[in-house]
Amino acid sequence: MWNLLRFLIRYHIAFLFVAMEVLALALFFSHNVFQRASFLNFTDAIAGSYNNNLGNLRLYFRLAEDNRQLAEENSRLRNQLEMAYRSEEVVFYSVADSIRGQSYSYTSARVINNSVNKQRNFLTLDKGSIDGIKTEDGVITPQGIVGVVYRVSPHFSTVLSLLNIDFRLSAKLKKNDYFGSLYWDGTDYRRAILTEIPHHVQVHRGDTIITSGYSAIFPEGITIGTVDDVSQKGGDFLEIRVLLTTEFKHITHVDVVTNLRRIERENTENPFYGD
Amino acid sequence: MIEVLPRNIFRFLVIVLIQVLVLNNVQLSGYINPYFYVLFILLLPFETPAWLLLLLGFGLGFTIDLFMYTYGLHAASTVLMAFMRPHVLNYFAPHDGYEPGTFPGIFYYSTGWFIKYAAILIFIHHLSLFYLEVFRLSDFFHTLFRVVMSSMITIILVVLSQFVMFRK
Repeated sequence: MWNLLRFLIRYHIAFLFVAMEVLALALFFSHNVFQRASFLNFTDAIAGSYNNNLGNLRLYFRLAEDNRQLAEENSRLRNQLEMAYRSEEVVFYSVADSIRGQSYSYTSARVINNSVNKQRNFLTLDKGSIDGIKTEDGVITPQGIVGVVYRVSPHFSTVLSLLNIDFRLSAKLKKNDYFGSLYWDGTDYRRAILTEIPHHVQVHRGDTIITSGYSAIFPEGITIGTVDDVSQKGGDFLEIRVLLTTEFKHITHVDVVTNLRRIERENTENPFYGD
Repeated sequence: MIEVLPRNIFRFLVIVLIQVLVLNNVQLSGYINPYFYVLFILLLPFETPAWLLLLLGFGLGFTIDLFMYTYGLHAASTVLMAFMRPHVLNYFAPHDGYEPGTFPGIFYYSTGWFIKYAAILIFIHHLSLFYLEVFRLSDFFHTLFRVVMSSMITIILVVLSQFVMFRK
């Protein structure tokens, strides 16, 4: 007994070191499994208000740029308006179906926290479940796609950024509809990688990459980026480096896309549903 | 001697604020992140007991974690660095030992001595931090490159800061 006590006292620094490391690593891994799982409840008080204030400050300095972007978007939307009316009319008259309506709805939100310099980047939005946001909703800007809603609390939501090594997205070439898988390799925050395009497909620098619509998250045809560089890395597939159109270092406002028919679609795609 | 406590509390606050408000928002050439806050552990007095070093390391790392939403990541690396500090100090000790009542800064010891001492501890800290963050070995050399580049930037910042503040 006495020997044990002496042993403990003699090496108390080493024991304390091990204890602190175990504590820190336990915290790290438990939070890493769910990525940000419990961050909303934990740091709202201090870090939340700090980030909110800093976000407000950043917003102020970007007013001019934001105004320009909004004006640009306004004019583009106005252009689309007439087209939209016409196509709606066609749908309405050809299919007299009152249930037929929107299948995607858009909610605008403000970015109050964002990063591009980690391997797993996340954004925080100032809208939550009260505003109708659900997990796995898509997040876009007028320029391109941003990520997927990862977790939702009543007033906030976190977004798994495209700049996250765990992110995968189904994307295709606009000109010929060949589709593949898009991911970020953790190096350059302006470029992502598109794989699984067979090597016989002609791909040129500057070709546009858009969402495929094969996942139930994003509508088809949202711009992701343009081809920057094409290389053949063994196998039958091309490795395409994509220059992203979204400026991840300058995101202040985003639109959250909710697929109103996602559950129905996923149930239909599930072979065991209804058995 | 009594001023040691308020002086270090002040340092803690200033260093955390610099890290959180300025450096976390700065990104040099893509993906190099300086973690300047380790300066606080580097500058603690020689008489700081080892157990207190570990507790302060955990507290400092965890404070940074709170602002970066990376619970435990910075705490783990900073505790490791605090654990290594007495060993590194012993290794670099002058023949007649360290002056009582001083701390390991450029003002009391030479610039060359400080760079050697700071570089080893900063490298240990960054090495554990970046590999823990990625948590895979597949991009081993890519991560190593990030460790070396970020360590160099942190060392430059830490050494330059010694000429501006916290001299005595």
